[in-house]
Amino acid sequence: MTIMKPTRETGIVGYGAYVPRYRLLAAEIARVWTEGQGALPITEKAVAGLDEDTVTISIEAARNALKRADINPQEIRAVWVGSESHPYAVKPTSTVVAEAIGATPDVQAADFEFACKAGTETIQAAIGFVGSGMARYALGIGADTAQGRPGDALEYTTGCGGAAYVIGPREESLAYFEGIYSYVSDTPDFFRRPYERYPQHGSRFTGEPAYFKHVLAAGQHLMDELGYTVADYTAAVFHQPNTRFPQQAARQLGFTSQQVESGLLVPLVGNTYAGSSMLGLTAILDKARPGDRILLVSYGSGAGSDAFSLVVTELVEERRDRAPRTRDYIARRKEIDYATYVRYRKKLQMH
Amino acid sequence: MRDVSIIGIGQTKVGEHWDKSLRQLATEAILAALSEARLERADALYVGNMLSGKISGQEHIAASIADFGGLRGIEAVKVEAAESSGAAALRLGYMAVASGLMDTVIVCGVEKMSDAVSSATASAALALAVDSDYEALHGLSLAALNALLMRRYMHEYGVKREDLSPFTVNAHRNAAGNPYAMFPRPVTTEAFMKAPMIADPVSLMDSAPLADGAAAVVLCPGDRARQFSAGAVRIAASAVATDSLAIHDRRDPLFLEGAYLSAQRAYQQAEVGSADMDLFEVHDAFTITAALSLEACGFAQRGQGVRLAQEGEIAMDGRIPICTMGGLKARGNPVGATGVYQIVELVEQLRGQAGLNQVKGARLGMAQSIGGTGGTVITHILEAP
Repeated sequence: MTIMKPTRETGIVGYGAYVPRYRLLAAEIARVWTEGQGALPITEKAVAGLDEDTVTISIEAARNALKRADINPQEIRAVWVGSESHPYAVKPTSTVVAEAIGATPDVQAADFEFACKAGTETIQAAIGFVGSGMARYALGIGADTAQGRPGDALEYTTGCGGAAYVIGPREESLAYFEGIYSYVSDTPDFFRRPYERYPQHGSRFTGEPAYFKHVLAAGQHLMDELGYTVADYTAAVFHQPNTRFPQQAARQLGFTSQQVESGLLVPLVGNTYAGSSMLGLTAILDKARPGDRILLVSYGSGAGSDAFSLVVTELVEERRDRAPRTRDYIARRKEIDYATYVRYRKKLQMH
Repeated sequence: MRDVSIIGIGQTKVGEHWDKSLRQLATEAILAALSEARLERADALYVGNMLSGKISGQEHIAASIADFGGLRGIEAVKVEAAESSGAAALRLGYMAVASGLMDTVIVCGVEKMSDAVSSATASAALALAVDSDYEALHGLSLAALNALLMRRYMHEYGVKREDLSPFTVNAHRNAAGNPYAMFPRPVTTEAFMKAPMIADPVSLMDSAPLADGAAAVVLCPGDRARQFSAGAVRIAASAVATDSLAIHDRRDPLFLEGAYLSAQRAYQQAEVGSADMDLFEVHDAFTITAALSLEACGFAQRGQGVRLAQEGEIAMDGRIPICTMGGLKARGNPVGATGVYQIVELVEQLRGQAGLNQVKGARLGMAQSIGGTGGTVITHILEAP
């Protein structure tokens, strides 16, 4: 059997989002680089402020998840953060988060990476930890302060944000997992060597043989193995590098635009990389009703997709208002210009 | 000099072949052509390709393709003449058989544009076809140079952008009937006018899409052709001409002298004139190139090439159907392979095997391939069985 189910059923006990307040319009980037010419892949993206990074984003998202979960943080047995912008190459983000939320010292902590699916892997691992009886709760986080090379196509979409999930027993969950699946291949569509500032990407190669191949395979296989069709799902959320890709993937799998609209955040926050599909899921959970079935398929360059099928329970209604909703964070916005963005994201090296 | 006939054809779909290498594509086309000709081997292989070294990091590809295709040991050589490399390979294959030196020859055109990491890399690679010291060095890409020609043409003859749209609309309409075409979808004049600019006034809809693909033909002496194939097509003419690389060195930048000379030589060899052509696979890398080619080859007066298109004369039922399987614009432009695709498509037409796109009663077809902005022009005329 290629899909994965633990011996004990697990689910999401609490979820939390965080999106920084600053916004850079794609039109402003175009103003600087192309005199306003050319199509724009999104409307605007979220930009981390001077005092923000993947650690701070992870902590606030985790605190929101804990508010919803309403558990003793000492009962969290693992804190995992997936990102491609961990502030240190050596010094884990996860220990800072674990200490900040009061989960230390009896806790496993680790940083994960796999481009944009670094976050969903933490959820898969958490399902394993909890589902095997090793832990009552595990915390998985996907967060990024993505950086784009100035003037490159990707600069329009590299955004900042993150989402955290407390995974626990099904009986305590506001949404439980029916099954998960991962589809992986050695596909070098996007990569960065250790001493390089910005990644390289394969242009059109990042489309059909990369994103679409893995997302479609993972989504279709999970649904087939679980015996479902797109009609069984209330909502679906995919990794969102730009507006077009997730909409096209949804269409190719057979989903309607109504099924994907609640989780499609990229036009307003950009591609939050390891946070992307996970943030989309928080927005869906903010409005979901008990019994709704949701499909989530992430994508990480290099390449692979993690797919999850989950069903919302009654517990969502009493928990969701304990923390700010994702759309509240999105609505809280302050526009900045390109120069301010360059300063905030430290793109100019003056020495 | 012996007569030369085409006894087998093969082609891959034109598009982005992420999962196939350059020699895999070539082998696919070659094996299809050999199979049609009912041959397992040939005396020689000539491979037309422009950018294997620059883009895929591999020169010496004729030997590589021969080996990969199960033909190790035969004579094999790569031929290069920028975008007309495929047609140039056919020229050499033709000479090998016509001279009596070879009996069976495979000609293969192949290109793997998707190995270029970005469109900027692809554009820079194509600029190898223009004058490096005086044009490319100053940032004049192939599209930019054709934009200069188009702008001048519009000024001299009072032509508007919209007047060039019939070339694109015609090409796409014809591609619908070609299962190997990259863009078998119709295009409207509205879509043409809304297309983004590449180098004003050359828009995305004026420019043929760069692509991967391989096409191959098998040649043999004319008097033996019927042993191999009932649908053998005779090569009635094969002619190459050159002109300056740089457009500023041309006697008249708006007259493709290379196309004129090449066509005249071909007409003379075949003992025909432009009026005898039933169809013309023109090198429509840009809409302006199609217009100028029609004029240089005698199908229209100077400045009237566009009128030919507007009046529907280039359509399947027109006086001189062009791009009958989509042309470079809609079948796609696998650069060095294009010249052989044109030949393969002519053969399908002359055999009566063009399906929905059949030009009724096609007996004589012309194909013309252009390198750079006109520095090399190669014309072939084929005759139905």
